[in-house]
Amino acid sequence: MGNIPQDHYEPKPGVATWIEDRLPIGGMISHLQKFPTPKNLNYAYVFGGILVLFLVIQIVTGIVLAMHYQVGDEASFRSVEHIMRDVNGGWLLRYAHANGASFFFIAVYAHIFRGLYYGSYKAPRELLWIIGVLIYVVMMATAFMGYVLPWGQMSFWGAKVITSLFGAIPLVGDSLAVWLWGGPSVGEATLNRMFSLHYLLPFVIAGLTVLHIWALHHVGNTNPTGVEIRKDSIENVKKDTVPFTPFIAIKDLYAIVIFLILFVAFTFFAPNYLGHPDNYIEANPLVTPAHIVPEWYFLPFYAILRAITDDLWIMMIMPFDAKLGGVLAMFGAIAVLAFVPWLDTSRVRSTDYRPIYRWWFLILVLDFFILMWVGAKPAEGIYPLISLIGTIYWFAHFLVVLPVVGLIEKPLPRPETVEAAFAAKHGIKTGDAKADAEAAALQPAE
Amino acid sequence: MKMLKSALASLALAGSLATTAAFAAGGDIKHADIDFSFEGPFGVYDRGALQRGLQVYQAVCSGCHGMKFVAFRTLADENGPGLTDDQVKAFIAEAGYEVEDEEGEFSPAQTYDYFPEIKSAGAPDMSLLAKARADGAVHIYSILTGYTGEEKEVAGTVLYENTAYPGGWINMAPPLYGDDVEYADGREASLENQSEDIAQFLMWAAEPTLVERKQAGVRNILFLILFGVMLYFVNRKIWSRVKHPE
Amino acid sequence: MAHTHGTDGEEPARRDVLFLATGAVGAVGVAATVWPLIDQMNPSATERALSSIEVDVSAIEVGQQVTVTFLKSPVFIRRLTDEEKAAANETALGDLKDQDAQNALHPGETATLKHRLVDPERDFLVMSGVCTHLGCVPVGEAGDFGGWFCPCHGSHYDTAGRIRKGPAPTNLPIPVASFSDENTLKLG
Repeated sequence: MGNIPQDHYEPKPGVATWIEDRLPIGGMISHLQKFPTPKNLNYAYVFGGILVLFLVIQIVTGIVLAMHYQVGDEASFRSVEHIMRDVNGGWLLRYAHANGASFFFIAVYAHIFRGLYYGSYKAPRELLWIIGVLIYVVMMATAFMGYVLPWGQMSFWGAKVITSLFGAIPLVGDSLAVWLWGGPSVGEATLNRMFSLHYLLPFVIAGLTVLHIWALHHVGNTNPTGVEIRKDSIENVKKDTVPFTPFIAIKDLYAIVIFLILFVAFTFFAPNYLGHPDNYIEANPLVTPAHIVPEWYFLPFYAILRAITDDLWIMMIMPFDAKLGGVLAMFGAIAVLAFVPWLDTSRVRSTDYRPIYRWWFLILVLDFFILMWVGAKPAEGIYPLISLIGTIYWFAHFLVVLPVVGLIEKPLPRPETVEAAFAAKHGIKTGDAKADAEAAALQPAE
Repeated sequence: MKMLKSALASLALAGSLATTAAFAAGGDIKHADIDFSFEGPFGVYDRGALQRGLQVYQAVCSGCHGMKFVAFRTLADENGPGLTDDQVKAFIAEAGYEVEDEEGEFSPAQTYDYFPEIKSAGAPDMSLLAKARADGAVHIYSILTGYTGEEKEVAGTVLYENTAYPGGWINMAPPLYGDDVEYADGREASLENQSEDIAQFLMWAAEPTLVERKQAGVRNILFLILFGVMLYFVNRKIWSRVKHPE
Repeated sequence: MAHTHGTDGEEPARRDVLFLATGAVGAVGVAATVWPLIDQMNPSATERALSSIEVDVSAIEVGQQVTVTFLKSPVFIRRLTDEEKAAANETALGDLKDQDAQNALHPGETATLKHRLVDPERDFLVMSGVCTHLGCVPVGEAGDFGGWFCPCHGSHYDTAGRIRKGPAPTNLPIPVASFSDENTLKLG
């Protein structure tokens, strides 16, 4: 399957061989089970497994919710209340689905920042990374449309604001908005298509996830050292890796359970904490909520959208207005992620060995949380300025810092092999004099 | 390195707290300091308070506020007001609730029917009121006890000053004054007591599954902690062969 | 060397117990997670609340039939006239195609009029309005026996709702019903 040498799968004679000759599913399962995974992965690498679980949770709870949900101006809100009050365990299914979306995003952000920190996007993993960015974009679309379905005040006005963004596109914007709405404004027709797409897109995510994992299994995992595992022989592969089952499987499962404790705590004890009270008011096209805020996971990009105003000097020289400028900035802030593999000029992958970049990375994380915080604030007073500074850094980080620091920075010494790094960390004597000496040399540095 | 990592972790925590706190804040409103029995991970509804709250709803609120998502049968819920079936029927009969059929004919409501929807007064439906406001029950209590007695007329509408209402002026006249109902269980029907009971009742109306949910939550957390501890040892055992090969 | 994943480890007994116990706890967790996904398809509280309804029968005159919906199906409530009662009583059991009362309150009893009524002292005949052949709704005061006639495939029921002629196999069944008071009929 991949380009990592692995033990060959030999089906048992009889039925297993008969099947294997026709559909090599046994080989596939064996490949997945024994997949050589770097033995030095730390707990930053558990979020992929958590994300797969949450995709399953969302699809399963979503399918059963759809058995009770109805689409319609009044029916949607009423059917959600029916689920909450009358369907057996319906409150659990809905709260798990709503909070599941939030925890899906917590995990995806952890996964993305882990990738940025350890340079997981660098060659030969560019496509793996870009598929990941695509998954993230489809996730956002899915989550947005899901939030519309209860047809509360935030559902309605959120839909209105976000779909109106498309109206900013020159020439075709107005027609595009009307096409999206299926009417003169957001209404029942919009709701109905959002339900249809909200049901469809998770399966697109599932398909992209298969591609994502396929690409991963072809090139192999990165690891905290950024040093590639040796792929020249099965013996060397085995020195650098452990088989996925049971080592990584159990470790992932342990991490999943810890993560689920948090998820369960929110779902059962504070199920509405991450939501907005206004969404328990039925949609009313005549009354706008005092303060429209998207779900927390959109806030950083919502802040970027609002940061662009007409009084900025850059907008004065741009051939378009701030409405379009905001939309471009918001989508650009996500799109820039796809170019990271080529914007990073560093010779090393892992930020562990990048003495200068690690501080810039810290600022990026800080910036992300500041944007998230300011995105929930009203667009008045000092907040627009903070949004603007945050936005500028977001772009500057990827377009300036990432290329420049990579060129001027002198990376710290890295281990020769994953085996050596692992041995150094756990004080293992490998019996190989060179490796042991190297391990000893590395120990004080960490 | 360690420092950077722990800095990142505390940043993540601080960031998420600050962000969510932003949702909770509702502007310059004053909330009363009051605790309810349903708060906390082991919280349950106080059946007496729910029954008294129902009495206040029926006597005072129901004139203007509907409750269209609440079925009469749920008044018999074990974790709710806990009326008997006969008490529910008697409540419907005494209140005179009726339902209209397709031909426009009215007949007495049955236990499986719902509290009515009332649009005429322009007052919000109360089914979800406690979840549609930040700090729902506390907010409701604070509104009911937050009138200062001042009023003013704006464009023909009388507004009443209320310390808990965003903007400070609400167009609902003070609904409770104290002794608006007579409690069967002898509890003093003061303004505060009535407000507390109706606030608890409306929380139940908005979230009737709260008790079931919290009890299930405790079971789930305990289960996951047990499973997590076991997996910790399984994981350590499995990896010991790799980390300590000798 | 560090890649053994067989059963060569030390103290195998203790390790196996730990692994088995963890696996068992995990299986319990999976089962407990799956249950709500199954249970959500059972009838909701809204449906269950309709499994018992009360009907005000004070306005029904002798010889009049009202149809109510109970468990999503029609139920006939008819006050039999003296002639209809007499006709039903005069029919010999041997003439009946189905001699079972088909009454949830009198399982296994013979299909006499007494066993077909909710209360033998009163004249209320309460029964399912669904033909036992293929589920159509029979028409009242029709057919060869003055009772009900199913237009779909020509089943004739008599004044006590018993099948007399046609393809239907059994009498119209009688649901669980009782009088909660003089004027209130409780179904279910």
